[in-house]
Amino acid sequence: MVASAPTVSQEPARPVPARRRRSSIERRRTRAALLFLLPAFSVLGVFVFWPMISALITSFTNDRYLDTVDWVGFANYQRLLDDDRFWTALENTAVYTLVTAPVSVLLALGLALLLNQRLPARGLLRAAIFLPWVISLGISAIAWSALIDPQIGMLTSWLSSLGISIGDGLRDPSVAMPAVMLVGIWRNVGFFMVMYLAGLQQIPQHLKEAALLDGASSAQRFRHVTWPLLANTTMFVVVIAAIFAFQAFDQIYVMTGGGPFFQTETLVMLIYGTAVLDYDLGYATAISWVLVAIVLTLSLAQVRFFGKRAVEY
Amino acid sequence: MSTLTAPPTAASPAPAPTAKPRPRLSVGTLLSLFVVSAAAVVALLPLVWLLTASIRTQGDLTGNPSTIIPSEVTLQNYVDIWSMIPFGRQFLNTTIFALTVACVSVVIDSMAAYALARFRFRGRTFVFVALIASLLVPIQVTFVPVYNLLVDLGWINTLHGLIIPRIADAFGIFFLRQFFLAMPRDLEDAARIDGAGEFQIFRRIMFPLAGPALVTIFIFNLVNNWNDLLWPLMVMPDQDTTTLPAGLSMFRGQYTVDYGPLMAGATLALIPMIIAFIVVQRRFIESIATTGIK
Repeated sequence: MVASAPTVSQEPARPVPARRRRSSIERRRTRAALLFLLPAFSVLGVFVFWPMISALITSFTNDRYLDTVDWVGFANYQRLLDDDRFWTALENTAVYTLVTAPVSVLLALGLALLLNQRLPARGLLRAAIFLPWVISLGISAIAWSALIDPQIGMLTSWLSSLGISIGDGLRDPSVAMPAVMLVGIWRNVGFFMVMYLAGLQQIPQHLKEAALLDGASSAQRFRHVTWPLLANTTMFVVVIAAIFAFQAFDQIYVMTGGGPFFQTETLVMLIYGTAVLDYDLGYATAISWVLVAIVLTLSLAQVRFFGKRAVEY
Repeated sequence: MSTLTAPPTAASPAPAPTAKPRPRLSVGTLLSLFVVSAAAVVALLPLVWLLTASIRTQGDLTGNPSTIIPSEVTLQNYVDIWSMIPFGRQFLNTTIFALTVACVSVVIDSMAAYALARFRFRGRTFVFVALIASLLVPIQVTFVPVYNLLVDLGWINTLHGLIIPRIADAFGIFFLRQFFLAMPRDLEDAARIDGAGEFQIFRRIMFPLAGPALVTIFIFNLVNNWNDLLWPLMVMPDQDTTTLPAGLSMFRGQYTVDYGPLMAGATLALIPMIIAFIVVQRRFIESIATTGIK
């Protein structure tokens, strides 16, 4: 398998300058190190590092799989400014993130606090809540779309017996977005909960006991002991939650395909459509750089925000 | 520093380390148990529904949508799905793809990780910074150029096009590097004095010692690639050769009316990962948890 990987010319151990000639053992070790790195970094070089550079170049061209590719400067980025479909996708992504990230993080924290006590069947419950994260989101989205289907949907019929109608199901603009958000939250809560459980286990027991001896109520213990000491975990979970949300694709592709009327089209769906369906590579890479810029800025801002609140203990 | 081998306490409830008789359930505990159980029911509901829907008839599904219990049991859906889409081929492709990537990546990720953790050579810092940069930049940025490259190579709709770009991953290298850094040097040094070659030292000593971390990366890659949707949609847009998540989502787009076979196919596609999860459940959850601890 390794042999069939494309090899990129990578220099073997370079000759060492005479003035600081190293021992032959050290030269041998350098050569060994480069050989160890070669398989992985050939693959990463061709399929990760080079594409990262290439993406930047392509975003300044009008590459459409035609024979001629012209340098167009910032034209792709300017086109974004007047593209309603792009702004709709950006808004959808922002709304999706602003709802799913906080809701799933809060649910995860709550469940982790509850599961961090002596409960019967604790391991089983933890595994059950985590399970959605292990299975294919594309396939569980098939189950979810059937559950809210107007004809065979179990949830649809439960809701209608309560007098709530969800109309045309996923074809209804007011249902589609909440539905894909629900599935996104359903999938990630267990994952974030496991992160929080690990964070809770790291809190030294004597701190909680000290607060207990001082007569702090459970709300006070959470507010003044647990929550500040979870700051690092919260930072990590919130950053990951926002990144996951900004990259939402699978359940949206399966459940709504971005519709109805682009109401659930996210940035990643737009990139996929522009590159794979419209063959508009220059424009698609320009959109992906905007996505990258947003994700990096947001992550850095979150790290700074929570970094100030982190507590050493 | 992340603790890679989670202490056993991570799984058991913190309060009292000594063995005690089962505590009486207080009102608070019962309430917590109720809320957590409700969450577990919500987590499992779509999967249980999927399982029972796969053995129901179309008439039963449309006639009694409000129940999860079949009025009659049929296995016809499991027969039909094989003829409605190239299910066997898709199942085989998914298995080959996920297993090959998981096996190969464990080997070449650990080799690279070992070199970065244990050898000093010119350009090591540069290599490491490039690795971290590729971890920080979202995958979507490489999406278009990689697609473009695969088109140029003629690798679209091929199994090697699906596999090769995935067999090394920056996260795996980074994770395993941390593991190797924490290992004592004595064993290697002893072997080196005994005249063992560098590759022998890696293969005979370091690789076996890295077992627990390798299992984690193996499972990570197995699950991620088995479940992936966007990558096979891009590389394998042809329904005859694609993987299960992509194939089933294409099938759903075509015939939304045939619910039973769709649910049977979805159930079969989920079963391998659910079994894998049940087998390694505890270690998998704990290793995921420790990736978040700094």
